[in-house]
Amino acid sequence: MTEYLLIIISVVLVNNIVLTKILGLCPFMGVSKKLDTSVSMSAATAFVLTVGSITSWLVNYYLLIPYGLEYLRTISFIVIIAAVVQFTEMVMEKNYPYLYRVLGIFLPLITTNCAVLGIPLLNAQLSHNLLEAALFGLGGALGFSLVLILFASLREKFEGADTPELMRGSALAMLTAGLMSLSFMGFIGLDRL
Amino acid sequence: MIEAILITLSITIFIGLVLGYASIKLKTTGDPIVDKIDKILPQTQCGQCGYPGCKPYATAIANGEADINQCPPGGDDGIHKLADLLGVEYKPLNAEHGEPKPKSVAIIDESTCIGCTLCIQACPVDAIVGAAKQMHTIIEKECTGCELCLPPCPVDCIDMQVIPETTENWKWKYPIYKIKQQN
Repeated sequence: MTEYLLIIISVVLVNNIVLTKILGLCPFMGVSKKLDTSVSMSAATAFVLTVGSITSWLVNYYLLIPYGLEYLRTISFIVIIAAVVQFTEMVMEKNYPYLYRVLGIFLPLITTNCAVLGIPLLNAQLSHNLLEAALFGLGGALGFSLVLILFASLREKFEGADTPELMRGSALAMLTAGLMSLSFMGFIGLDRL
Repeated sequence: MIEAILITLSITIFIGLVLGYASIKLKTTGDPIVDKIDKILPQTQCGQCGYPGCKPYATAIANGEADINQCPPGGDDGIHKLADLLGVEYKPLNAEHGEPKPKSVAIIDESTCIGCTLCIQACPVDAIVGAAKQMHTIIEKECTGCELCLPPCPVDCIDMQVIPETTENWKWKYPIYKIKQQN
């Protein structure tokens, strides 16, 4: 039990996918201008990451490893994640039109989010079992959401703040991201996995 | 080697089948009622109903946010059709949103036009061609007669011209009385 809790804490705070592993930076910078969109993006990513890491684990364990085809991981994970996203998009459009409208364009965009491929690959590398893989995916998603929402809130605050002209926009965003990354390094002592 | 090809093939074929089946099974063709309402609306995109175009107005009607009598270009006939489609009572056109006018197109008086491009920005259907400081003109076929280009013109060089009735565009007038009473 503690082991599973540790996985979540480790991947949310200590080995945060964005700030420590430097994955998924594109949405981190791209959709963090407004809090609303970042919340939608987080929700969509959380969903895809969890489902994606479970399905990729299944394929990896039952198809690739028995035949010694680990070198096909990257390509098959990409195909599977893209298909899962497509499928969920269809189901969502049919059954949950409201959710579909909220997540909208973000859902297909996530297919190309490197965090979504990174987590299943890390799962395979660390030879997690199914539950661990699912928790790792969920934790990664939580960490991503936490950081993205924090960052979007900070950027929204900066909009109204009296910042030097030179620093406005991307410059300030880069600095903020760097400082956030530094502050997350403070969590390293938490976990000795 | 063979295994790799077979496994990749089987994964992709499986995914293809699932997605293909899902796209047939889970097909959604927009919101059918919105499309039906949108078809009845005259597509002038004039915005007199208070919505930024015909489709948003159709969506608003479908959601019950707007009444059916806010479309002057559609006229009485349009309201009748909407009432039939939605199964509600007919109500006369809401005068707040304007009066129905005969179908017309905008004509630019090309000798007065100063080429300011303001009307181009106002046109909802991109029926005006022209560039800055060049004379503009209107593609009559595309013009819906929405009059949105009239207010922005600083030199008042746009006129609405009623389309005359010719043997080419004449058709039976509505309403056509039904011979057999429906019950």
